[in-house]
Amino acid sequence: MSVIKAQNLTLVYGKGTSFQKTALSNVNFEIEQGEFVGLIGHTGSGKSTLVQLLNGLLKPTEGTVYLNGKNIWEEPKKIREVRFKAGMVFQYPEYQLFEETVYKDIAYGPKNMGLSEDETDKRVRSAAEFVGLKRELLYKSPFDLSGGEKRRAAIAGVIAMDPDVLILDEPTAGLDPLGRDVLLSQIQNYHKTRKNTIIFVSHSMEDIARISDRILVMNHGEKLLFDTTQNVFAKAEELEKVGLRIPQITKIMRMLKKRGINVNTNILTIEQAFNEIINYLGT
Amino acid sequence: MKNFIEVRNVFFKYGESEESSEEKYVLDGINLNIHKGEFVAAVGHNGSGKSTLAKHFNSIYLPTTGDVYVDGINTKDDERLFDIRKKVGLVLQNPDNQIVAGIVEDDVAFGCENLGIAPREIRERVYNALEAVGMYEYRKHSPEKLSGGQKQRVAIAGIIAMEPECIVLDEPTAMLDPQGRQEVISTVMKLNRELGITVILITHYMEEAVLADRVVMLNSGKIILEGTPKEVFSQVELLKKHRLDVPQATELIYQLRGCGYDLPPTVLNEEECVDALMQILKK
Repeated sequence: MSVIKAQNLTLVYGKGTSFQKTALSNVNFEIEQGEFVGLIGHTGSGKSTLVQLLNGLLKPTEGTVYLNGKNIWEEPKKIREVRFKAGMVFQYPEYQLFEETVYKDIAYGPKNMGLSEDETDKRVRSAAEFVGLKRELLYKSPFDLSGGEKRRAAIAGVIAMDPDVLILDEPTAGLDPLGRDVLLSQIQNYHKTRKNTIIFVSHSMEDIARISDRILVMNHGEKLLFDTTQNVFAKAEELEKVGLRIPQITKIMRMLKKRGINVNTNILTIEQAFNEIINYLGT
Repeated sequence: MKNFIEVRNVFFKYGESEESSEEKYVLDGINLNIHKGEFVAAVGHNGSGKSTLAKHFNSIYLPTTGDVYVDGINTKDDERLFDIRKKVGLVLQNPDNQIVAGIVEDDVAFGCENLGIAPREIRERVYNALEAVGMYEYRKHSPEKLSGGQKQRVAIAGIIAMEPECIVLDEPTAMLDPQGRQEVISTVMKLNRELGITVILITHYMEEAVLADRVVMLNSGKIILEGTPKEVFSQVELLKKHRLDVPQATELIYQLRGCGYDLPPTVLNEEECVDALMQILKK
């Protein structure tokens, strides 16, 4: 059974007014338990609308979201539980820290879920560990942390709810290259350990190429592609038409091929490109 | 060539009270000259001091010790503050924080209005500025409805309508999708190449830094590396040590060179990379 299923999802803002705008139209897909899905699309393509529909922050105008096989709006009063199960990390989540200490901030979610103090404590510590926050930072005010630490504290707050599906909306935006690499490996590590489902929204094709099993491409509120990472990045022309691009390293391999070098172009990382070229030279 | 900006032995720390005397300097002895018409990229990890330095170029921050001169005017000269801000315009990371009006052309006119320019001339400047950034046809639109890249270009138009001699851009593309990033960077290049505006670009994207005439790399408030993109990006080890990236094309060639292949010391983009690879793959 898929963990998330979107069926004919449509969202119209301001329906019946002169500001009516279709943000999402007839989107269908299924995500399997344990998948790491990259979500890409130009600004305004419907990515944020889509993820907000998936965890019940928005209610679809038409269509249904199934979480673990159950329509999330079947019992509107229980929509809060959906938000615990499909945990959402917003863009620039560090602006949402508000508690007196980092510990309390991370504990906010688990507490609202009604967990015991012991369990909450366990959750906070393990979440902090996943994102690499040092223990002594837990008792500081969130406002005394550096930008990167704040970001990680905010992500820990969602991880602490132990969601079945973790949705991250551009978690690396604004971080420097090392901060980005570290956060990406922490997310990967978390995914490997917990084996839960992750939906990762990003504008960085290099990041998406590195970590996704499959990629969902949105364009003008519609699903354009949903396929394996390699298959999606094999469609360079199609992606460029909708304001996206392929990773530089993939482009290099395609350019080599065009110039008559018979290399594999299904390349997503520098490591793969390096090995492919060494292999080619060896034969 | 004439120096447009001169940074002489600048030290800077936040706060002026006695208590803060122990705090470390955010800028720790910076010397830098920027010529008129030059395109300089400043790179460095978060907290390296690059944004703080940028805010010294138009008197938002003043050096704790040392001096910054803009076209010969000391930025500490209170009476010339208006002149300095007219000469050096600043574009920030988040386009949404820079929009003040409900219609694009009004937004672009805002800066000029504050300079007390005659309405007829303002109109001319606004239209020229919108043409320069490729947003003229959107002049009657609401900025809210634009994409990130378009908003950022409107913000840039607002700056160039004031006819500055220099534009400082502090991570202008950090929040944009690939196409938006491309739009903003081509606009910046055009302003530099065609209108001769001096450009100082602060960025985490090395693909953008390679387009500059000169790259300045900061770490802990000091300039630790400076030169043409070719010179700077040949120092792959040093860049990595300081938490910076190199473009994927540069990294691939660097790794292959490490295995003893006869390749040029630095390539900066995919075309150069493919040309270099063809030399060894064709054999």
